[in-house]
Amino acid sequence: MRPLLRARPTGGGPGRAPAFLAVPAVLALAFLVLPLAGLVLRAPWREAPELLAGAGVGQALRLSLLTASAATVVCLLLGIPLAWLLARPDLPGRSALRALVTVPLVLPPVVGGVALFTVLGRTGLIGRPLYELTGFAFPFTTAGVVLAEAFVALPFLVLAVEGALRAADRRYEEAAATLGASQWTVFRRVTLPLVAPGVAAGAVLCWARALGEFGATITFAGNFPGSTQTMPLAVYQALEGADPRAAVLLSVLLLGVSVAVLGLLRDQWVNRL
Amino acid sequence: MTTRRPLATVLLAGVLLSAAACGSGSSATKSGGDTEKVAGSITVFAAASLTGTFTALGTAFEKAHPGTEVGFNFGASSTLARQLTEGAPGDVFAAASGTTMATVTKAGAAAGTPAVFARNRLEIAVPAANPGHVRGPADFARPALRIAMCAPQVPCGAAATKAFAAAGITPRPDTLEQDVKATLAKVVSGEADAALVYRTDVRAAGTAVRGLDFPEAAKAVNDYPIVALRSSGNAATAAAFRDFVLSPAGRSALVAAGFDAP
Repeated sequence: MRPLLRARPTGGGPGRAPAFLAVPAVLALAFLVLPLAGLVLRAPWREAPELLAGAGVGQALRLSLLTASAATVVCLLLGIPLAWLLARPDLPGRSALRALVTVPLVLPPVVGGVALFTVLGRTGLIGRPLYELTGFAFPFTTAGVVLAEAFVALPFLVLAVEGALRAADRRYEEAAATLGASQWTVFRRVTLPLVAPGVAAGAVLCWARALGEFGATITFAGNFPGSTQTMPLAVYQALEGADPRAAVLLSVLLLGVSVAVLGLLRDQWVNRL
Repeated sequence: MTTRRPLATVLLAGVLLSAAACGSGSSATKSGGDTEKVAGSITVFAAASLTGTFTALGTAFEKAHPGTEVGFNFGASSTLARQLTEGAPGDVFAAASGTTMATVTKAGAAAGTPAVFARNRLEIAVPAANPGHVRGPADFARPALRIAMCAPQVPCGAAATKAFAAAGITPRPDTLEQDVKATLAKVVSGEADAALVYRTDVRAAGTAVRGLDFPEAAKAVNDYPIVALRSSGNAATAAAFRDFVLSPAGRSALVAAGFDAP
């Protein structure tokens, strides 16, 4: 945004945007914003205290924030190395690998949940030996929610970080290595700081996607207040309940919290960078 | 979701077809006495537990009334009721409880009074091997077991709450699913040791699942009401389908699937 503004004086003056761009742009904005405005307008603000008190909202909201953050940590720990691997120009079969990474993006999340069952469910490939050895199985646990969210959100982080890595100047790493830094030091002190904005953007996308996750979660982890019922699941359940207006209220609450968190993070980074 | 269609259902469809062919004349003329033709397409909103039976009934109805086409929207009755009160285009509504039907009638969306066409009772579903050694409703209180139940907002969940209250048991479910088919799926996949679903669902699941009857289930029997909808653009066909479900042919199909006659 800022470079564009700066370019204005040389770019033909502060004229109006051309209609062929302005009209669809305004339409797109209305398309995105009007449904949200509808939610806010339709929310039963007057009965809000009673409706929110009855639905175990605090519990669901806390679980949502906790699991989305845990899923983001999992994605950072696993996703940055994967992105690093994908960004190597000499990696064989790179485009095929990258296509595989994007599969969860196009997969309906419910299918993702079923797919997780086949591997990590109690009767799954890895899940069965795990259950027989330890008595632990992911479905119906908070860990299962984190897993489902991480599965759906990981590609967002990987693609963002990979893009940043490929745009970064490799010569800094080479220089550091030449000066005797170990591979770990190069990665930690040179590579990571270079792509920090990409990692941050990826983490935010990843967190937001995890926070809104519904299909994989309800399929793989189930739905139980306190252990697996996140806000999107609580919204869905409220829609079935005696007063569907509670669902609207919950949606607005989730929307408000996520916008607030993203806004705060953004300010943090803008100040720091 | 893969549920095997048991042989009984297939045989039943055949019986139905012949029965429908004989009775088609009477059911068509009975439908409200109007001169409109029974033709064209209708959409039936039906409870998830009716999936197998109504699909077969729909095919039989189409055979009995050439030129008709019956589409279905299966789901939790509460979801369907909400969709209908929000203006979803449907011609017939068949619910798994009086409460969810009342949502629609109270909103003024029903044409006429709902008629009860079947009853259903709960049964415990366990994986065929019964890994949790479940013997009765008391096992639903064992914390070590993985238990799936319907959410209390859905008819099967409301019935489960009633049945456990009658048995004096506090169940400890691990998941509250949004419709009865999703609840059953957790047992079919082996993720849950036991679930409380309808007897008809246990029967439809075939050999993957074993059903355990228990006496308190009799205290929580669901009525299934059906009604034609006011918003229907094809009132004659909607009424004819409703009559078809209520007819002896429809009833024997429902009984064969494990429903009780009203």
